[in-house]
Amino acid sequence: MSMFGQVFVKDNKYKIKGDFHHLTPNTPIRDADDGWKLLGVTNPRDMTYMHSYGGEAIFFESLSQGKLLATRCDNSGCGTRGTTYIPFRIHCPDCLGKNSIIDLTAVARKSARIHTFMVCERSGAFNLLDKPIKFINIEFDGVATILMSYLSLGEPKFGMRVLPIFKTSGPTFTILDLSWVPEGTPQEQLPEGFTF
Amino acid sequence: MITFSRQQLKIPRLQRPVYLVTAGQSKFDRAFPDKRTEELCIDAFTMAAGLLDISPAELKQYIHSCYYGHFADHFGDQLLGESVIHDRLGLDPLGNVGVKTGGATGGSTLWEGMKAVASGYSDCVLVMGWERMDEVPTDEGNFLISCAADKDWESPLGHIYTGYYAVMAQRYWQIFGKSEESFRRTLAEISVKHHGYARFNPFAQSPMKITVDDVLNSPVVAYPLRALDCCLMSVGAACAILCDEDTATQLTKNSKNKPLRIYVAAGSHTLRPADRLDMAIPLLPNETADQYKDLGERFPGGDRYPGFTGFLAARIAAYYGYGMAGITDPTTDLDLVELHDAFTISDVQTYEDIGIRPYGYGRDYVESGDCYHTNPHTGQPGKLPSNLSGGLIGCMHSVGATGIMQTFEVATHIWHRWEELHGDAQLWQKFNRVKPDDWTSLQVEGAKRGMAISHAGVGSHVTSTILMDPDHLLAKDA
Ligand SMILES: [Zn+2]
Repeated sequence: MSMFGQVFVKDNKYKIKGDFHHLTPNTPIRDADDGWKLLGVTNPRDMTYMHSYGGEAIFFESLSQGKLLATRCDNSGCGTRGTTYIPFRIHCPDCLGKNSIIDLTAVARKSARIHTFMVCERSGAFNLLDKPIKFINIEFDGVATILMSYLSLGEPKFGMRVLPIFKTSGPTFTILDLSWVPEGTPQEQLPEGFTF
Repeated sequence: MITFSRQQLKIPRLQRPVYLVTAGQSKFDRAFPDKRTEELCIDAFTMAAGLLDISPAELKQYIHSCYYGHFADHFGDQLLGESVIHDRLGLDPLGNVGVKTGGATGGSTLWEGMKAVASGYSDCVLVMGWERMDEVPTDEGNFLISCAADKDWESPLGHIYTGYYAVMAQRYWQIFGKSEESFRRTLAEISVKHHGYARFNPFAQSPMKITVDDVLNSPVVAYPLRALDCCLMSVGAACAILCDEDTATQLTKNSKNKPLRIYVAAGSHTLRPADRLDMAIPLLPNETADQYKDLGERFPGGDRYPGFTGFLAARIAAYYGYGMAGITDPTTDLDLVELHDAFTISDVQTYEDIGIRPYGYGRDYVESGDCYHTNPHTGQPGKLPSNLSGGLIGCMHSVGATGIMQTFEVATHIWHRWEELHGDAQLWQKFNRVKPDDWTSLQVEGAKRGMAISHAGVGSHVTSTILMDPDHLLAKDA
């Protein structure tokens, strides 16, 4: 049994272990309407990428610890100083200075509400979420942006208050570790691995 | 509130006029198991030469640099695909460059080509776009398209681009559409219209004679959007030749094509809709600030601009384009448009972004009958027909080619060659498609000016391409 590709960094170099690709033979594509003549060939490919989160890594690490981080420009010379961003922006889009990292968890618990939503019956290949997917876009008090995420329980509505939940057990270290449930949802109803 | 500087809002100026002299396109279809991409590009190029009554080899003698629109390398599994096409077209050693701006790739490629001629770098350029979307099954295709969203913050959420778009549609549907059944039927009418016009277009992939109820009964993709509200996934190529005035005169001397003045402008907005900050509505020449003062009262929740309901990039592309071409009111100044109908609802949003109707009233463009070739209420010509090609819903969305296909369509009307180029029985036969018995010419009589809007998913890039008969310009120095 082969092993999925795994990576760690040592001395600023990627150290890799396991299989980063799988070999599958090409097969011919033939024309059933024309004497099975050759039209082409399949090109199977299955690869694993190594992706750095860079300055956003702390955001994804924090999800697994039950914290929602955002950033804010505190540059006194900036025309948009004090603007809070989530999605997390490492640099201010105005002055390009380095933003301060702030903990938005309490603000989210107190003020998160659905700005818009969509219940999606389809997904693309490699989707890991249950269908239908309930996309929600969330407003927070004092935040300039509207975060895209997904609702794990209940039916979304404009203005509905929602609470963040975090995959603190068996985290994936992706944006899927953050989800939302309607205000008042009891802990025991949360999806497996998630906590408030 | 964010604002834009005077320098940023400067109306673009060209160093010299630029002309579109010819254009061409391949057949469009969901798959071409028997053709390589270069064969489709050569089909498009050969057609463009044919419309000038010269051979492809003769046309190539004039070309000095090349602009290739091809969005998704991973669909075709070929990096430097531009280089492959350039070689197969036999255009070495000319300089060429690839352009990639999602769904707006075709429009952006025209933008680059126009600038090359306007600056004097080249006197004649080739603008060619294509997309190969049939090398993977549809759900893998949806995955590949979703890679155009932010890979850490959006794509893992279902790997389905329609969903990222649909949240915007939902907001528009509830705020400006007031979730009304009548508005839902208006959206369905757009699909009926575009699949219907596609019936008269031999190049089109999805001709259908359907009703509003057929659209409303098609499978839900993302409520309220259904399968027949969505654009196609296509394979095909389209091209255009842009020139300076002298070359344009030479190239068209034996042809029915008149050189058409071309202006292309572009706008952008954040890749993630999440990041769209509040601002005052940038105004077009046919609008006043006063008219939007009470927008939030008329449409509760509609006061946040652009929020999730407007496309700033489209508005800015129209602002620059109208300024360049001297357009003060698109409905009266233009004779037809080809809009980027990725979804029926985003088509309505675009009517507002580009000033065909004020924000909040896009549906009226359909309900009034103005958007039809022939207004169904009056039997008279529609005021500003849209998407007579069938658009992205009925004709194709072969991404890199789309904006060029739209421009080709607009040009055929101004050349008064629409009927000849869409009614030719031999073409229908060559494409193995049946020309309907009730085939009707959609030529817009007396068309002198038109526009195509090319748009990348969720509104990250938008271009406006304006074509005008040079004897009917709106501004002297434009
Ligand atoms: Zn700043």
